[in-house]
Amino acid sequence: MSEEYSVEIVNPEKSFLSKDDVTEVIIPAFEGEMGILKDHISIISFLKPGIIKIYSKSGEESFYVNDGIIEFKNNNLSILTSLILDLKDIDKQKISEIQKSAEEELNKSGINDQEKYLLDQKLEVLKSIN
Amino acid sequence: MASLDDLKKRISSVKSTQKITKAMKMVAAAKLRRAQESAEKGRPYSDKMNNIILNLSNGISDIENAPKLLSGTGEDKVHLCVVMTSDRGLCGGFNTNIIKKAKQYFQKVLDEGKNLKIITVGTKGYDQLKRLYGDNIIERISFKDSKNINYFDADKVGKIVIEKFEKKEFDVCTIFYNQFKNVITQIPQEQQIIPLNTSEKDENSSEDNYEFEPEEDEILSNLLPKNISTQIFKAMLENSASEQGSRMSAMDNATRNAGEMVDKLTIEYNRSRQAAITKELIEIISGAESL
Repeated sequence: MSEEYSVEIVNPEKSFLSKDDVTEVIIPAFEGEMGILKDHISIISFLKPGIIKIYSKSGEESFYVNDGIIEFKNNNLSILTSLILDLKDIDKQKISEIQKSAEEELNKSGINDQEKYLLDQKLEVLKSIN
Repeated sequence: MASLDDLKKRISSVKSTQKITKAMKMVAAAKLRRAQESAEKGRPYSDKMNNIILNLSNGISDIENAPKLLSGTGEDKVHLCVVMTSDRGLCGGFNTNIIKKAKQYFQKVLDEGKNLKIITVGTKGYDQLKRLYGDNIIERISFKDSKNINYFDADKVGKIVIEKFEKKEFDVCTIFYNQFKNVITQIPQEQQIIPLNTSEKDENSSEDNYEFEPEEDEILSNLLPKNISTQIFKAMLENSASEQGSRMSAMDNATRNAGEMVDKLTIEYNRSRQAAITKELIEIISGAESL
């Protein structure tokens, strides 16, 4: 039996990536990292800033995402995200830009705990990339 | 009758206007293709988003405690309208159509004795509304500087709307934009985004049981603000395609009209030239005869 399913990543501008030979996807879900294999139960969850890892027949790919929602249904994984970057051809300058704006955001007063947590996460991930 | 010189001047001025409208048509056609492409590419995102929200709101058991963005404030007193228009003119009935649609809605709201607040996106909408509804306009936004429509601009508008909602400044939010059908037809749309209209159910979504992580409410409260930005972004994409389409057909018409005008003026010019020659000939001949 094949262990593959399909994944589609869309951002507001376009359909970013679509693959149908995926064996496992690791996503940074809000309550912790989550690996999704074939025949997972239908699930909706949202993402925190982090790395998406896609394992497929053709190899392994990693992407940085800012936020997003995932929906898994009938062996179809949809990932909606507003900002996604391919780690293969990542732009160092862009990363430090995001990092800077996140730091500024963090220093603002009046942000709540959840926002703070998300920003901390973001910085941590960005540092690990850079 | 206008003199020959005047006619000549008029012909050349119409011709140069024609050149401008022709160039604008070409530019609009090129931009239209791009705008249409991005409108089409943007659709999967907003469709998927819509689907997920529908699935979620079906799964919600406790309607009473559902997020306010979904269920509304329970009141219907203050209406916020986001009117999306273009920043540039010369695009036919594009802006006027949106404004007309919006004005009908404004009238209805005011007739019912409710409060009206307006946010204009794009300068043309503001220009047309400021005289009649100047006091109702609470915010005006323009993206004249950003070349391409991007999600972050839409997100800015979305954040303004949500911020105002959280401050309880309005109960119902509606956006107005033009939906792109084809180059000739654009349909002005009104779409209510707060509270969200979930009555249109998807056939294939109802029987699924999802596992939610974290809880439904938490996902929903995270998702709904994003959905608002997404809807606004979709409207902006549709709008920009419509604007270019509308401009293209308007400029095409203008070019054709200018051509007709040049033809008419040329005939008039030739006629009066011939008339002048005939007159001179008659004068010469009658002068020669009288000798």
